[in-house]
Amino acid sequence: MPRLVSHPDEVKIVTSRFGKGAAKIDTYLELGGYASARKALAEGAEWIINEMKASGLRGRGGAGFPTGMKWSFVPKQSAKPKYVLVNGDESEPGTCKDHLIFLHDPHAVIEGTIIAGLAIGAKTGFIYLRGEYRYLIQIVERAVADAYERGFLGKNIFGSETEFQVIVQTGAGAYEVGEESALMESLEGKRGVPRIKPPFPAVVGLYGGPTVINNAETIATVPHVLAMGGAAYAAVGSERNGGTRLFGLSGHIERPGVYELPMGYSLRKMIYEVGGGVRGGRKLKAVVPGGSSTPVLLPEEIDIGMDFDQVGKAGSMLGSGGVVVIDDQTCMVEFALRTISFYQHESCGWCIPCREGTDWLKKSLTRFHAGFGTEKDIDNIQYLAENMMGRTFCPLGDAAAMPTLGFVKKFRKEFEDHLHGKPCPFAHHPEVVLV
Amino acid sequence: MSVETMSIFSPELSARFDELVTRYPMKRSALIPMLLYAQDEVGYLSDAVIDEIARRIGITPLDVRNVATYYSMLRFKPAGKFNVQVCTNISCMLRGGYKIFDRFQERLGIGHKGVTADGLFSLEEVECIGACCWAPAIQVNYDFHDELTEEQVDAILEQYRSQNAGGR
Repeated sequence: MPRLVSHPDEVKIVTSRFGKGAAKIDTYLELGGYASARKALAEGAEWIINEMKASGLRGRGGAGFPTGMKWSFVPKQSAKPKYVLVNGDESEPGTCKDHLIFLHDPHAVIEGTIIAGLAIGAKTGFIYLRGEYRYLIQIVERAVADAYERGFLGKNIFGSETEFQVIVQTGAGAYEVGEESALMESLEGKRGVPRIKPPFPAVVGLYGGPTVINNAETIATVPHVLAMGGAAYAAVGSERNGGTRLFGLSGHIERPGVYELPMGYSLRKMIYEVGGGVRGGRKLKAVVPGGSSTPVLLPEEIDIGMDFDQVGKAGSMLGSGGVVVIDDQTCMVEFALRTISFYQHESCGWCIPCREGTDWLKKSLTRFHAGFGTEKDIDNIQYLAENMMGRTFCPLGDAAAMPTLGFVKKFRKEFEDHLHGKPCPFAHHPEVVLV
Repeated sequence: MSVETMSIFSPELSARFDELVTRYPMKRSALIPMLLYAQDEVGYLSDAVIDEIARRIGITPLDVRNVATYYSMLRFKPAGKFNVQVCTNISCMLRGGYKIFDRFQERLGIGHKGVTADGLFSLEEVECIGACCWAPAIQVNYDFHDELTEEQVDAILEQYRSQNAGGR
């Protein structure tokens, strides 16, 4: 069972029921569960969307799109059925927050799905979990069955005339399926390749119907937003970044774990106070602020508030909230190689710039790290990455290119130290091989 | 003869599949779950498994294969009874994921995607399994093992050996 952590600076909203046995429906109800869904049912779609807009909640999957606005894009009238799709394909390296939500508070996801359904007028919601999360899928399936048994799901939810069904779906191993259009393809029983946009899912989505796709953390936050009121939730965070975020501290950190902190919380404090500093009292070398696809930050760049806008201004992204801390004993070329190996492995191959780009980057970095690099390689790596940007259907190409550019720009010296047949100055694991 | 009576799956799985194909707006949405659950029971996606799933969904075996080859958890030959999946992605790498992987390689005498001669274990280096804050982490089949040290590798293997001896 993954360890839960705690820190006095935390504001526990989404995590408020963690460790309290809320996967059991009775406990969830004792802790105020399903009150927001009932209220949403009574108040109606317009009220829900207004509260969501007031909350300033932005998508927790990584893109940070305002949730209320996303819901408002769904057409009121539709010839085809509308759907809610919860993205629990959590696969971004450095990210394990949804893991804890499914484990400790699955009903919050179900309740949020119901509310999203009421907001857009959908009768069916899907909760898609990555296949590796089998034990969590079982927990969520149990919770869904319990919600059906109580009449919270079904033809007449909470004794009303409104219908809402929830279907839990398993994936079978694919990072790319975390991208919303690939997720829909996968749910339709196909290879997880992305669709071109427009049309956006809110207009033409799952089975051709209007679809709202939200990250599991976003959805689990929704009942709390309605319970405390949109404005009160917004007040917790920073400007235009409502509420809290589940930050996952990992890597060379003294106290790794998932911490719920207000949006805009200082990255420096997050590392040195909440996380207890760099492991073993070592020096900080770099931080990946929001999952492996976000450009790396240097120690002198960590005096920023962790919200979408401030991290964006610093030249990176808040992404999935997975903060990976890297100490001074780490070879950044190896780190870059491991990162690009991942994207090479996960590229679906649909768009050539991504398929070929990730492959050539991996080949170049492998050779480079092994000591067979040339001066020109450093520029070529950068050139390759630059030419992947914005040239693919989905953001995976960018997700591979952006961190690579960051590593080359910010650690050029370290790349140069690998030149002329010199062995890796850090003499770590010599190879990264993943077939 | 109906699909059900010809099934190569257990009666339980067969019944589950009967229900699964009716669950979605489109039958085909059951495909990926069916492939994974079938693999759990049979061990891998044999020709017979693919043929039956194709028949149940009403698509060609080639179409099933085209989809199945996309997903990294699906396999076309048997793995060990206990499939050891070691994450070496960034968060795990920084906390010794490769050392864990090396120790498993050494103890089992197999490499990436290898299977031991007795068929008990297989080994895989895998991408992020969503346990970054409890790194280094592995999965044995679907079970997570968090915050590992190299020293724990023997005990984990022993745990599954005795589970096997216990007939479970």
